[in-house]
Amino acid sequence: MTKKVPIQITLNGEERAEFVDSGATLLRALRDKFGDTSPKGGCHQGTCGACSVMIDGELHLSCLTLAEVCEGRAIETTAGLAKDGVLHPLQQAFLEGFAAQCGFCTPGMIMAAKALLDHTPSPTRDEVVEALSGNICRCTGYEPVIKAVLSAARANSQKVA
Amino acid sequence: MIRLAKDYFADQRDDDLKQLGQGLQRSDVPGHVAGTTTYFADRTFPRMLYLKMVRSPHHHARIRSIDTSEAERHPGVARVLTHRDIPHNVYTILILIQIGPEDEQVLAADKVRWKGEAVVAVLADSERAANEAAAKVKIDYEILPAVFDIDEALKEGATLVNEYHGNNYYTYDSGSHRKVRFGDVEKGFAESDHILEQTYWSSPIEHAPTETTGCVVVPEGNDRFTCYTNTQAMFFTLDNTSIILQMPGHKLHFVGGTVGGGFGGKVDVTVEPIAILASRLTGRPVSFIYSREEEMQISSPRAAEKIIIKDGITKDGRILARKVTGYTDAGAYSRHSPYGAQKGAAHYPGPYTVPNVWIDTYCVYTNRTPSSAMRGFGVTIADFALEVQMDKLARLIDMDPLEFRFINAYRDGDMKAHRQPTEGAALIECMQEASKTANWPVADRFMRMSSYKAEA
Repeated sequence: MTKKVPIQITLNGEERAEFVDSGATLLRALRDKFGDTSPKGGCHQGTCGACSVMIDGELHLSCLTLAEVCEGRAIETTAGLAKDGVLHPLQQAFLEGFAAQCGFCTPGMIMAAKALLDHTPSPTRDEVVEALSGNICRCTGYEPVIKAVLSAARANSQKVA
Repeated sequence: MIRLAKDYFADQRDDDLKQLGQGLQRSDVPGHVAGTTTYFADRTFPRMLYLKMVRSPHHHARIRSIDTSEAERHPGVARVLTHRDIPHNVYTILILIQIGPEDEQVLAADKVRWKGEAVVAVLADSERAANEAAAKVKIDYEILPAVFDIDEALKEGATLVNEYHGNNYYTYDSGSHRKVRFGDVEKGFAESDHILEQTYWSSPIEHAPTETTGCVVVPEGNDRFTCYTNTQAMFFTLDNTSIILQMPGHKLHFVGGTVGGGFGGKVDVTVEPIAILASRLTGRPVSFIYSREEEMQISSPRAAEKIIIKDGITKDGRILARKVTGYTDAGAYSRHSPYGAQKGAAHYPGPYTVPNVWIDTYCVYTNRTPSSAMRGFGVTIADFALEVQMDKLARLIDMDPLEFRFINAYRDGDMKAHRQPTEGAALIECMQEASKTANWPVADRFMRMSSYKAEA
């Protein structure tokens, strides 16, 4: 029988604890144990980006991260971005810009974009392309996604000004 | 001149076309951006079993023996399934619309016909245990010669791929191929100033959806099952499952919903019947989800095609005769390919009025991954070949390629090769708009043309 390990994390600002299988990935733990299915498993080998989450403010692939090493850390996912029913500017921009079709890559795209905007609030188009280069989308052709990220950055900078 | 032909679908639709040119939000996009849209795999159930498929490493082989004893003893394994467990093991998807024969095995019994064919299903209480046990299944194969392309498969004396067909091609009611005959193609060639014959090839194309194919099945008691699936063909899947499991449809509750990318790649019935059977035999929920490797290697791609087009044209740009021979590589099993090849036959003249047409299309079997639906299958590669051919023909007579298409475009009232009169074509008007948008000017007389001949 697989050994069970207790882990405690801060998930989208909330203190949570669960038992997970030793050796389970953070992706499995979030989806199957913590009930956050916003990160998606598209490849389970670190190539598609659909499982992207933030760990202590840094972008990570949850399918390649062991749940056990996340003990005590703060995890952010797309499911936690909306505050009091108000969408994050990135979510709003994706919604308005037709940047999601089947939607499967969208949570990963949004987390990758958030990681960019958190430290580069006014990125160039090239910086956006680079930041999204680890995320595969088979529907949109990427252009609406790139435009949505740039538009969210503009909306943000206007709010700050 | 563009005019709105609202009378065309007046008996079917009462919309006022106000939506044209307006952006419209998808109804599911708020859930997508919030991360709350539910996909089939977002459900997990207590005591769920994970199904891992043992697949053929050979393109064509006879199965001498299958030994699952060691796999069955592996810790965590609940059940191992072989062909003996399947109530109706040999099926074909389109039998629902009387396109037989049944030619494909749910789990291989005596032979495998492509590399990746399912042979043994292992069920365990973790993915890891299922993978480990699958590696312990022993299958003894006698490797057979295999055929890998259309030409090889159709050669005299070629290895027979699929005994259920008896030949390496699908037998239609019209024989070894689908036919369209219109006018006198040889007379058309004789009257032509130029003849151009070209061969076009395409390779298989994988859809590569970000969400892999799969389903999750939950037993509901009283021999009823709920199957959460990302199939794109819910009722094909329900009805085929009913046949394969010999269970009435009211025992099977299929729940579809958001598909994480399909593009036609999720219309085959490959995961649901075996997962429901596994749930039935174990009494536990079952998850069967393709790995990324399986999605790329196992799921059916768009078919490889070979297309030979011979056209006869006049020096002033009229196509007088078109002869096409099209081959669709179905891989080892039919799935949707007999239909795809047939669709090609009706499509081949393209959106052009050609007075003399001869078309043959073949659905060919090879020891490759079964191909199936993908975005306009049967016509997409045909269009690629036809439009490249159109450019070459225009070049041959030193004519602008868009003007060449105006000359040959079908217009309302023209008879198409498969005896369907052209109605509501609007091709001329589309090309006029394309000419303006692409800044590719054509002579005034083409800009004054109309799809309605009376207005021309």
